[in-house]
Amino acid sequence: MSAMTTLAATDPSLVMSVPEQILFWTVGAIVVLAAFALLFSKRAVVTACAIVLVMVGLCFLYFALQAPFLGVAQLVVYTGAIMMLFVFVLMLVGVDISDSFIETIRGQRPLGVLFGLGLLACLGGAVLKSTMPPVQGIPQDPEVSNPSALAEILFSNYAFTLEITGCLLIIAALGAVIMTHRVRLTKRITQGEIAAIRLRDGMRLTPPPAPGNYARHNAADIPALDAGGDVIEDSVPTVLRMRGQVHRLKGVAQDLLPDEVPATRRPDAVPPAGDIPAVAETPQQLAAEAEAQGRKPEAGEGEVKS
Amino acid sequence: MTVSAYLILASILFTIGAVTVLVRRNAIIVFMGIELMLNAANLAFLTFSRMWGDLTGQLAAFFVMVVAAAEVVVGLAIIVSLFRTRRTVSVDDENLMRH
Repeated sequence: MSAMTTLAATDPSLVMSVPEQILFWTVGAIVVLAAFALLFSKRAVVTACAIVLVMVGLCFLYFALQAPFLGVAQLVVYTGAIMMLFVFVLMLVGVDISDSFIETIRGQRPLGVLFGLGLLACLGGAVLKSTMPPVQGIPQDPEVSNPSALAEILFSNYAFTLEITGCLLIIAALGAVIMTHRVRLTKRITQGEIAAIRLRDGMRLTPPPAPGNYARHNAADIPALDAGGDVIEDSVPTVLRMRGQVHRLKGVAQDLLPDEVPATRRPDAVPPAGDIPAVAETPQQLAAEAEAQGRKPEAGEGEVKS
Repeated sequence: MTVSAYLILASILFTIGAVTVLVRRNAIIVFMGIELMLNAANLAFLTFSRMWGDLTGQLAAFFVMVVAAAEVVVGLAIIVSLFRTRRTVSVDDENLMRH
């Protein structure tokens, strides 16, 4: 810091204004603290949220650095697209995965931290020791806005680079499609075949009844009632039934319980969660079951894993 | 206080990202560390751009962003296909090439 103050003393044009200093210290502290979540947070989702905070903070700093276009691009591209993609993949591979902090290579962690400290010393030393030019600032022309000034350079001197970047984006999109593509090893079960299986095995031909939906509890985990006041088990999605997360009416809508109905027929007399209709065994049945639940057959359910 | 403070901040962020890549085992978190390093580089680009009064630095940061977007798409696709075959995203368990 002393080197910086001496520099500032010698060259007044290097100095940041007071409002900018306030912005820098506030945002900088938040950004660095949030970035530490990368090192210390056990759960990947927490890390992703912290990195979103870092990206938003950097957006503010970009504005302070007279780069409004890149500030907006940072917000849109990084927080809007890239980090959401990260969160999406996190959901895909399972949110519950947490990193283990057990060292698999002995001494790797202290060595990594040591390397980090060394790197920081090198970078910081290089910045503090080097002689910086007087800050000129981006020329502020009221006629030419920052995006159009950028565009002028981009589409003249760097037009070829831009085209190569376009190629890169197309290749990346193709690569992602190819990499996540999976070759189907089994025959695809058509809708007609599923209907035939259902007819043959005496399964339900119609879609299952919708779950009960009372205005005070807008959820799929409350079973519907039939005309006689009985609970319709099939109206709750299979996943919720398997997990035992079916709600009883009792806790939700006390006044909806018909008093004159005998206790055994009361809506809250749902059989325990273990009491589930027989689960389908063969892939075809599974696929049919999945189809009956109104969703597409999931990975590995109706087909052999590749 | 001078504009070099931004460069110090960029160095700190870059270091945190680099140590993350070295220390963490979860492939997704490692990937986020790479993103942080790219962002630190962008911050340095913009600082130098302001220092020299030249928009080319901002343009470089712009290209870094585009490349980062392409890189994330491919990288996450690799992670997804790794997870499909190995049922794990830990970089320790990816030793298929060794056997």
